[in-house]
Amino acid sequence: MVKARGKQAMKKILATATAIVALAVGIGSANAADKLKACWMYVGPHNDGGYSEGHDVGRQMVQKELGDKVETSYVESIAEGPDAERALERLARSGCEIIFSTSFGFMDPTIKVAAKFPKVKFEHATGFKTAPNVGTYNARFYEGRYIAGQIAAKQSKSGVAGYIVSFPIPEVVMGINSFMLGAQSINPDFKLKIVWVNSWFDPAKEADAAKALFDQGADIITQHTDSPAPLQIAQERGLHGFGQAHNMYDFAPKAQYTAIIDTWGPYYVKRVNAVLDGTWKAEQIWDGLKDGILHMADYTNLPDDVVASAKDTQAKIEAGTLHPFKGPIFKQDGTEVIGEGKTLDDGTLLSMNWYVKGIDDKLPQ
Amino acid sequence: MTGLMLEGILLTIITAATPLLFASIGELVTERSGVLNLGVEGMMAMGAVIGFAVAHSTGNIALGVVGAILAGMAMAALFGVVTLIFVANQVASGLALTLFGLGLSGLIGDAFVGVPGAGLARVSIPGLSDLPVVGLLFRLDPLTYLAVAITIAVSWFLFRMRGGLVLRAVGDSHVSAHALGYSVIRVRFMAVLFGGACSGLAGAYLSLVYTPQWTQAMTAGRGWIALALVVFGTWLPGRVAIGALLFGGVSILQLHAQALGVGVPSQFLSALPYLTTVIVLVIISRNRALVRANTPAALGQSFVPDR
Repeated sequence: MVKARGKQAMKKILATATAIVALAVGIGSANAADKLKACWMYVGPHNDGGYSEGHDVGRQMVQKELGDKVETSYVESIAEGPDAERALERLARSGCEIIFSTSFGFMDPTIKVAAKFPKVKFEHATGFKTAPNVGTYNARFYEGRYIAGQIAAKQSKSGVAGYIVSFPIPEVVMGINSFMLGAQSINPDFKLKIVWVNSWFDPAKEADAAKALFDQGADIITQHTDSPAPLQIAQERGLHGFGQAHNMYDFAPKAQYTAIIDTWGPYYVKRVNAVLDGTWKAEQIWDGLKDGILHMADYTNLPDDVVASAKDTQAKIEAGTLHPFKGPIFKQDGTEVIGEGKTLDDGTLLSMNWYVKGIDDKLPQ
Repeated sequence: MTGLMLEGILLTIITAATPLLFASIGELVTERSGVLNLGVEGMMAMGAVIGFAVAHSTGNIALGVVGAILAGMAMAALFGVVTLIFVANQVASGLALTLFGLGLSGLIGDAFVGVPGAGLARVSIPGLSDLPVVGLLFRLDPLTYLAVAITIAVSWFLFRMRGGLVLRAVGDSHVSAHALGYSVIRVRFMAVLFGGACSGLAGAYLSLVYTPQWTQAMTAGRGWIALALVVFGTWLPGRVAIGALLFGGVSILQLHAQALGVGVPSQFLSALPYLTTVIVLVIISRNRALVRANTPAALGQSFVPDR
């Protein structure tokens, strides 16, 4: 008897809950009818002063340029993995029509969730898996890193640079190799010390890594993590480095040579517009310096001739006459990856899991 | 390895250990009174953001530190009211405090993201700082000295002073302490507040000294490490300090090992600080008598005085 009553009560609660949900969904879709809902998912805080903020600046540009035609929203600090899947599903259910998932580790969750929501459009940054409703987009950050590598080789007195990295994914390995190839084009004996901090964002740990690298003789630091802490350490020690994803000049006005700035805004505006006029389709976009999806911050704290040669390299990359991954390129063990006169194709770059010759470090697999 | 490099490494280790020491000493006092506050991470985050905000707005780092202490205490007071007066579950309330602190600090700190802060300069103690080898210990930042002073003071208070005896009595058997006429709730509330103040200091150390900047979630799990260190140190201040240095030391040395290129997988090296802590924890726990003698017997138990 008691059990039966419990069941009835349960049914009532369920019915009420269903009604409320239905109402909420109804309201949601009524709103969505007038405005396109575009959503973003970030791996860090939206204002991390680095990578995620770069995407959020892009989102704000969409909101500003498209005004009342769109409604943008974001979820932040989503861990890569199962959490990402839940968050994406929540976004898709809440009426987002296009979802930008902005971190490499969101790749599989994006593909999985996209299969469940065929009408929702997904765009995944820096990955390589696609589906009919999943496109990818990325910037050729390695172009900027090549320029940074050249500057490092020209400026370093010890001939050693420190490189703070997050996770051994192709994007990161590609960056390390490009930096090293740039440095080797100036000084063939250039050395690189690499420290993995296993995090995209942990200011204190990044600072510790920078100190360790400086203590071991590096006098220039570069990073593939998102906080300005390493540059602050460089400034404290009177040494130098490069900003990552964002102009970090304000944090280290005496230490930053330049920064590779992600400029996602124009791309986001273009893609959301495509959804608005019905021309969106899943594509694999990989733009570079010439397309304006990344910029180099002002060259500072450098002698004029180094600035001039950096600008020259930048112009050559933009014009397409210089490709950082132009052969001959050798792996660590000396095997040739590509011969004289040829350049590595995008597929090889996007699946890169080996170091170029000259890096004496073991790549974690 | 040159002397200069060794000195650099030692300095970095001390810097890495200081926030852990602050937070774990505070939590040690809280737990010695029988209260388990899992909100260390949240209190640290609040200390970090308020410390940075005050220091940046007033241009005075000392004021920032005071602000951080007050912020930590305010968070702790909230926890105290909920768990001691309204007798809510300590574990659940502590977890909630962490989530609340992380969220609220993000909200408050929104205006301070991307703003560079002025770091706290190191202070050299004249005469002593020029000594070979140990001179290094007298060229630290003022907050590190404070952390060491607090550790010594806490140790003295707990085992050499009457107040400390009362605090430990409350933590071991609140019923007996109550029967003897001590106000269990008041003692516990003070201990919780002290824990909050120390967590606030730990946060301030991160946002004002370690990496002079504010970013959301910059505590990055250090509050949880501090909680583990209290158990690691079997609720003894000296051991907790050793634990903080050990954890800080291993996390810094593994970075150096990577930079040297020792050929050990970096994932393993990154796991080393945690691994070391767990191993030492296991070894310590084997000495049952020692653990039992120092574990607050009433830890985590709510006290409702029966009138």
